[in-house]
Order: sequence, then C-alpha cells, then structure tokens
Amino acid sequence: MTVSAEPRPRAVAKTRSRAQTGRGARRSAGPFTYVVLTMLAIFALGPIVLFLFNALKTTNEYATSALSLPTTWQWGNFLEAWQTANMGAGLANSLIIVVGTVVLTCFVAGCAAYALARLEIHGANGFISYVLIVSSLPGQMFLVPLFATWTKLGLYDTQLGLIIIYCGLFSPFATLLLRSFMIGIPKEFEEAARVDGANELQLLFRIVLPNAWPGFLTIALTTGLSAYNEFLFAVTFIQNPQRQPVSLAFFTFQQGFTQNYNLISAAGVIMILPMLVLFLLLQRRFIDGIAASGLGGS
Amino acid sequence: MHRRRSFGVRVRDRRVAGWLFMLPLIAVNVVVVLVPAASSVYYSFTDWSGIGGANFIGLQNYAQLLKDGEFLNGLWHNILWTIFFLIVPMAMGLFGAYALTRIRRFQLLFRVLYFIPYIVASVVNASIWRSILDPQSGIGALLHINPLGNPSLALWSVEFVNNWAWWGFLVVVFLAAMSGISPSLYEAAEMDGAGPVRQFFSITLPGIRPTFAFLGLMTIIWSFLAFDYVYVLTQGGPAGSTDLLSTVLYRDAFSNLQGGYASAIGVVMALISAIVVVGYLVLRRVRKWEI
Repeated sequence: MTVSAEPRPRAVAKTRSRAQTGRGARRSAGPFTYVVLTMLAIFALGPIVLFLFNALKTTNEYATSALSLPTTWQWGNFLEAWQTANMGAGLANSLIIVVGTVVLTCFVAGCAAYALARLEIHGANGFISYVLIVSSLPGQMFLVPLFATWTKLGLYDTQLGLIIIYCGLFSPFATLLLRSFMIGIPKEFEEAARVDGANELQLLFRIVLPNAWPGFLTIALTTGLSAYNEFLFAVTFIQNPQRQPVSLAFFTFQQGFTQNYNLISAAGVIMILPMLVLFLLLQRRFIDGIAASGLGGS
Repeated sequence: MHRRRSFGVRVRDRRVAGWLFMLPLIAVNVVVVLVPAASSVYYSFTDWSGIGGANFIGLQNYAQLLKDGEFLNGLWHNILWTIFFLIVPMAMGLFGAYALTRIRRFQLLFRVLYFIPYIVASVVNASIWRSILDPQSGIGALLHINPLGNPSLALWSVEFVNNWAWWGFLVVVFLAAMSGISPSLYEAAEMDGAGPVRQFFSITLPGIRPTFAFLGLMTIIWSFLAFDYVYVLTQGGPAGSTDLLSTVLYRDAFSNLQGGYASAIGVVMALISAIVVVGYLVLRRVRKWEI
C-alpha cells in the first residue's frame, strides 16, 4: 500500500549494514525517496529561479509569460531597478538598522544571559517564565499604544526607534539561547580568574565572552535576519522614504504606479541577495540557531 | 570566621551585580512590550482614537466586537488559517525530515535548499508568487483561474504562499529533533521487520513528541498573528475574503482611527494565545508529558 520500491533497497542496505559500515547504516532509502526529495527541492527553489528569470526579461516578454526563460538577458534591469526603487538608500538604511539591532541585542542579551547563567540571582526561574510570556504576546496587542508612545518620545519615524523595538522583540529569545550556551562553558575558568581577584566585568569580558562567541554569532545571525526581513513594525514606524529599510523601499516600489514586474523582480533579487550570500556562507550557524528556536530554546 | 564572612559578602555582591546585568533587558522589555501591552488592556475599555485623550466606556468595545461582521469574518479566517498550517506544513515538514533521516547522501544539501525560502523576506516572497500566480502571465493564465483575485480561492492562495516559506523551517527543526532518537531503536524495529511507515509511527513520531507538541502550539499561536502575507498580497481583499484579525486591527487602528477598538482586538488575540498556552500546559500535566 505504501511504497512499492521500498523492500529491495532495504534488504540490500540491511546486508550492507551488517557487512561493512557501522554508524547509522540502517538508513536506507530507494530512488523513490530521492525523487520525492528532489521534487520538494524544486518546489523550494523553482520560484526563486523563475523570479530571477523574470528580473532579466523585457517588460513585453514578462507580460507574455512569467513562467519562461528570458530570450535576451537584460542585465541592465538590475541597474534600473537599483535607481528607480531607491535600493541603495534602502540597503544602507537596513544595514544601519540590522547592525544597530544586532549590537544592542547582543549587549542586552549577553548581560542578561550572563546573569542568568552565572550570577546567583533570586527568581531566575520566574524571570525565565516572564521572558517566555512576554515574548509570546502578539505584536498587534502592543502596536497601537507603542505607536502613541513612540510619537510622544520622538522615536516615531526614526531608525533608533525601530532598533529599540527590535531589541525588545528579539532579546528575550536571544537571552534564553545565550544562557544555554553559557551554561555549557566550564566554570573552572572563572573560578580561577576569581581567585586571582578579577571582578564581574573582567570575568565577563575576559573569560565568558571569548568562550561564548559561537553563541553570539548564532544570535547575531538570527536577529540580523529577523531585523532585515521584519515588516509589520517597519511599515508602521517608518514613514520617511529617506529612512526606509530595504523591505519598505521594495514594498513601496512594488505598490507604486509603475507596475514593471521585471524591474520589481530585479529589485526583489537585489533585496534577497545579501541574506542569501550570508546564509550560504554561514548556513550551519543559521540553521543551528533557528533549529534551537523551534526546539523551544531548551 | 573572617573567611566565611567575606564569602557571604561576595555572594551578595554577585546578586546585586546579577540584577544590574539584567537591567538593560528588563528596561527594554518594559518600555517596548510590557507598558504598551498593559495600556492596550486599558485602552480597550475606552473610546481612544489612537492619539490624545480617552474616555472610559466599559465593555462597549468588546460588546461591539461580537456584532462586528469584519471581526467575526477575520476570526473565522484565522481558524481556517490555523487548520491549514496544522496540517499542510506539518505533514510536509515531518515527511521531509523523516525522508532526510533515511538517505545516505545529500542530506545537508537538501536541508539547505529547503531552508532557503525561509530566509527570503515576506515582501519578496509575496512578490515572487504574485507573478507566478498572475492570471495574465502566470499559472492563473494556464489554469484559467485568478488565485489571488477570486474570493473563494484567495485565502488558500495566501496560505499556500506563506507555507512555501514556512515548511522548510519545520523540516530543519524536525530533523534536529529526529537526530536525537537512538539508532538502536530503528535497528531493533528493522529486525522485527517493521517497514519505514511503521517505524515512523512507532518510533520517530513518539521520539519527537515534545518538539511536535511545541511546534503545534507555536503554529496555533503564530496562525492567529499572521499578517505580512495578507497585507502585502491582498490587503484583506477581495471583498474581505482574506481578512484576518491582524489586518482588521491594523485597519481600525491606522485608517479608521479607532485605537481603543483596535486595542480590544489585540487583547482578544492575546487571550486566544493565552488560552492555547494554558490548554497546552494543562494537557501536558494531565498526560504527564515531560519537556
């Protein structure tokens, strides 16, 4: 009833596993599994490839079909999209927002994680529950009053204002992740330094931070990605086109009067490229951090 | 004697230092989340426009919600959204992860490929699919349908697009959970002649139950917060067919200037999350699940 191609390869693998390889050798799957997995890969990547093709078409060619290869490759579309969609300014603003968010979150979460992992504070468990509750509150619940507060404080329509919001949204989870990282660092290092008379700040900067940097890299990547892609708060809290992150520059361009979908596609490719490159370079760290978020950070 | 006292001082100092280290996190959270969330509860009992003063009107906003067709319509769509996301991406994620545990080669490659849509921003994902689904030049033209423009198809289309960016995340998380299952269990099952499907239901699924339950919980919570894809793709249309609680709230707050009323919607959304979480905790205690 299930998979007709299964029995034979499994039998083969069974004998093989007894004969030679030891580790994980039970894993066995026929060509059928590979076919399905490849189809899923095409489902995942095909749309992005089509998007790239559309970015390279002329307007007329796009209008005929959005599902075909371009006949002539219009690389100039990228330049035109860069200029008309204001992508340069958008990317620069996103860089400010992402770097600001990452630095602030690493600082805030680093301090808190250190306190939770190493300094014996009362109510640490209660605090962790608090963090979990706060981070599960829907953004929509506090969006409207936050908008009023930010307007009053002069933080509305500023990048700093958005950075602070992102830090508030992303730091609880980053703290939990970093905390579990820091718990894994052997305590002996610090005990030794403490005996030598180092104070808490020195301990943090000399011992804990250098050892916890993979954890920091992970939270930097996940918060950076979230800040780069975030939409609800960006569209609510940034109005001035000169301060828009690239997500809004792209959104505005897409909603605009010139519905040149080849140029919109080109702008979209420009927007996803930096994160795609970063992801492919550091995919192990990305995936580990994001898998941890799905495992409940525990 | 002297020694012990200095040790006691040391511990107290460390506690003080501990709370000092917590201060930035607490401050940011109080300002960004806690105070606005609390004022949202307050404003939900007022006629606040979003700016300026507010008059207390009791439960009027909540009474109004029960009669508000847009709100009930949004709520219903959120329920449909939840059902879709509990079934389709979960099945794809479980299948993908399980299949990946059973192959020898390219496991890491497939994992990276499946994950790529997740890192693409929602605004861009929406744009990618808008052109693919287009009724003039895309799949819509081939099938003679208008996936995003037809009220009876639009919600499913938006869910489909959101799922495209989502299921790869589930593959990654389920795969991480499945790699924690001892291979000896599978070997024993194999000896007993259990096929891949039997092994999945009797070993894999029980083995990842904490993750499965957690992601089920998060799926429900996130489904009630969904916003980006609807806002970018359809703005709730056509004819309200893709409106969700979040888009109704957004419109009431920022177009209709009904800050108090929008706050009431936000509070209801938070209550739904709270009920789901409490239900999960109770279930966990009753069934004695340990996470």
